[in-house]
Amino acid sequence: MNPPGGTSIDPSSLAIGDIVAHAEFRVRRIDLVKYAGASGDFNPIHWNERTATSVGLPDVIAHGMFTMAQAGRAVTDWIGDPGRLEQFTVRFSSPVVVADDDSGAGVEVTVRVAELLDSGDRVRLDITAHSEGSEVLGHASAVARLR
Amino acid sequence: MPLNSAYAGKRYPPTAPYQVGREKIREFAAAIADDNPAYHDVAAARELGYPDVVAPPTFSFVLTMNAMTTAMFDPQIGLDYSRVVHGEQSFEIHRPIVAGDEVVVDATIEAIDGSGRHEFLTVRADVRTVAGEDLVTTRSILVSRGTGAAAGGAS
Repeated sequence: MNPPGGTSIDPSSLAIGDIVAHAEFRVRRIDLVKYAGASGDFNPIHWNERTATSVGLPDVIAHGMFTMAQAGRAVTDWIGDPGRLEQFTVRFSSPVVVADDDSGAGVEVTVRVAELLDSGDRVRLDITAHSEGSEVLGHASAVARLR
Repeated sequence: MPLNSAYAGKRYPPTAPYQVGREKIREFAAAIADDNPAYHDVAAARELGYPDVVAPPTFSFVLTMNAMTTAMFDPQIGLDYSRVVHGEQSFEIHRPIVAGDEVVVDATIEAIDGSGRHEFLTVRADVRTVAGEDLVTTRSILVSRGTGAAAGGAS
């Protein structure tokens, strides 16, 4: 499949280290309940404080896959056509801790150009994500097709 | 108990076919608060060249969960769920999943490494159409905390 639409990003306009996307958002308990329902991942550490603290966590934590999805969104918002994302890898370095209040946890995602591949047909991106001062995604990267 | 590393390489039979629904993709996209029109609007997806709405890149994890669970909790491997942490996740997307795809998933225990304090179980899942077209390869590294050789293979 080779979609005709999609990105209008010119590889020659990209330099290593350029920040191409930055997103800040808040994760609240309701987001985790919705994600549990839509994904089918009902592990109680993502919605039940009693279970979370009984296994040594400070409080309920976000699904790692929810945080990964948000990092993916930062990338796909930039490339336009989400089908141009070909590879996506993260390490879950520390959990996003979500308190039972109206503000929840803040998460910040930054996407940088790491390397142009295949004469600029593809780009490798480095992704960082932090929550309340801790790195929540490490060694995170994506490869997207530009043309 | 340390994990049974003799099971590295074991491949499990494919799951029953699952049809990816348009509303399931929309529900998942709404749950990750992603309003990309390609996930919601058939006309927008068609404009990009797809036959129907496209699934977000991490959607395939939902498809792989059953197959992964069967592999992870194979009693022969001896994984204790209360010790498990999701360490790493990767997606290699061969062709984006779209509504209407009918898929099967098979999981393989790719590696079991336990030389340090923790053990690392790498589970690969291959998502294909029922016709055999490769869609996505996922890899999950699951950490079994405190059961590695350097922790004395703690019970």
